[in-house]
Amino acid sequence: MTFELETAANPENLKRVVIEPVTRVEGHGKVTLLLDEDNRIHQARFHIVEFRGFEKFIQGRPYTEVPVLVQRLCGICPVSHHLAASKAMDMIVGSTLTPSADKLRRLMHFGQILQSHALHFFYLASPDLLFGFDSDVATRNVVGVAAAYPEIARQGVALRKYGQEVIRLTAGKRIHGTGAIPGGVNKNLSVAERDFLLKDIGQIIAWSQGAVDLIKKVYCERPEFHNGFGYFRSSFMSLVRPDGALDFYHGGLRARDEHEQDIFDHLDYGHYWDYVHEEVKPWSYMKFPFIRSRGREEGWYRVGPLARVNNCDFIPTPLAEAERKIFKAFDSGSATQATLAYHWTRMIEMLHCAEGIQELLHDDDLLGDDLVSKGERALRGVGVIEAPRGLLIHHYRINEDEQIVRANLIVSTTHNNQAMNEAVRQVALQYLDGKQLTEGLLNHIEVAIRAFDPCLSCATHAVGKMPLEVELLDAEGKEIDRLVRNASGACGA
Amino acid sequence: MTAPLLIFACGNPSRGDDALGPLLLERLAAMNLPGVELLTDFQLQVEHAIDLQGRERALFVDASVSCPPPFELSRLNAVKDRSFTSHAMSPAAVLQACQELYGAAPPAWLLAVRGESFELGEPLSVAAAGNLEAAFAQLQKLIFSNGEDVWKVG
Repeated sequence: MTFELETAANPENLKRVVIEPVTRVEGHGKVTLLLDEDNRIHQARFHIVEFRGFEKFIQGRPYTEVPVLVQRLCGICPVSHHLAASKAMDMIVGSTLTPSADKLRRLMHFGQILQSHALHFFYLASPDLLFGFDSDVATRNVVGVAAAYPEIARQGVALRKYGQEVIRLTAGKRIHGTGAIPGGVNKNLSVAERDFLLKDIGQIIAWSQGAVDLIKKVYCERPEFHNGFGYFRSSFMSLVRPDGALDFYHGGLRARDEHEQDIFDHLDYGHYWDYVHEEVKPWSYMKFPFIRSRGREEGWYRVGPLARVNNCDFIPTPLAEAERKIFKAFDSGSATQATLAYHWTRMIEMLHCAEGIQELLHDDDLLGDDLVSKGERALRGVGVIEAPRGLLIHHYRINEDEQIVRANLIVSTTHNNQAMNEAVRQVALQYLDGKQLTEGLLNHIEVAIRAFDPCLSCATHAVGKMPLEVELLDAEGKEIDRLVRNASGACGA
Repeated sequence: MTAPLLIFACGNPSRGDDALGPLLLERLAAMNLPGVELLTDFQLQVEHAIDLQGRERALFVDASVSCPPPFELSRLNAVKDRSFTSHAMSPAAVLQACQELYGAAPPAWLLAVRGESFELGEPLSVAAAGNLEAAFAQLQKLIFSNGEDVWKVG
């Protein structure tokens, strides 16, 4: 693992290409490439260009408000923040969750991951996978998919909608729900609500299996291409259950190196800072976490679906476990380090969510009334879950007045920061180095980033705030071309 | 039964003037309006096409940095714009998705309310608070009008 291409030796003599914003990802990020006169790449960086200030936003608030408040950090995965914060607050109120509270939260979490994975695969990734990375940009989008593959598009919408219904019924509301509270949950599932979800779950499982079959077919039709695209080897980090099973909601930390050897296993995340440090680099607002024992150069890692499916010993539902075995065995394990295998493993996880929802819906604990427990109060709480995009850490300290005095959040996309930069560099070398740049070639860079499904910002949204600007500078830094895209999608010089 | 009128507000209540849409819907919710369904979300996405099905009308309410103050009401046409490449779609793009997926989309309008500042943790700006009052008056006109004239724009 090296940092080749992170910083060019003589940047002042190079021309600069900017891809901004990176599309079909959440938030505002950009890629800058420095090229010489022969279009040879000397530097490639993936930047985050906005500062979020989450921790400041939360300071001074009563700890009881935090699980609701943090949902406003992100419009894409509010439930993940809701649950991670709630787990941290459980520690503060000294709670060991009741079976009903634990299962209701797990149901909510399955719903969140199912809907998030469905959106990403069907609407953000499938245009590239079904039409080709350099296909016509006018049809390489969700509407193109709807026109060419209407049934797949409808299934994608229905899967997403089902996941949101699970969230609505467990969190109380479609968004800004208050389902999880410090020490438990504030509502159970009624019989009518359970039966409403049970009605469609068979179809949801069937569609999820179909999605796994689709990505497997696409991937296996061109195995060398999909395995090799943006390829690099890395460590992986995820939560696992005590018996080694995949678990999105709770477990110990497991990190394995690029040779699948344990770096650590079943660690208590309550002291994550003993194992994970964060490095600041001057060119990005997003920090670069690394495993302390391996140091800055060697300690970076990947999180998310690929990490989880690789790291776990098994998936505790039958259909997803069968698909995990197929994935791991494919071409003697050649896909286990592939950037594009994120898509494959993401769909295996979606299938697991659907199966997990079905299993939970048959558990009467969901209907129980014992929803909250509390114990000895603490002044510090750490909550860690596997969010759709990977490990999510919430860490809070409160004062005697029960106000938040310190908060530290390490979100999934931050864990993947170095890995996304590595993927960008590999693709730049593989496909762009020495070539005349085209939209299709630049999209290859975005395809690599998109595989991680990064979530780059929280959810501000206002009409007219989605600019795109691409500038091409010559070797002396003089602008030679510029393209601007406004909110309506119109492009002009 | 599906309510004939859907009013859909976008925005993050903790992002300064991005709260304009959700705040307007909170006021409407307190009025218990028959025949009107109120939905709010941080941002529009493709599954909101499902919410558009079977409506007589849809009205999107959102903060805007580019409309003239205090607000601007405009008729929407389904458009395949660049927001298809994002996690957050435009109202016109959601209409287009509705047409593509389900064969038809309802007549739709956008009430864009001028906002100035969108930083995390900020309250509503003074200017936006004034714009909210004007927009709320306009919303009531739209909802309670018996004729079609009030829905006609430009």
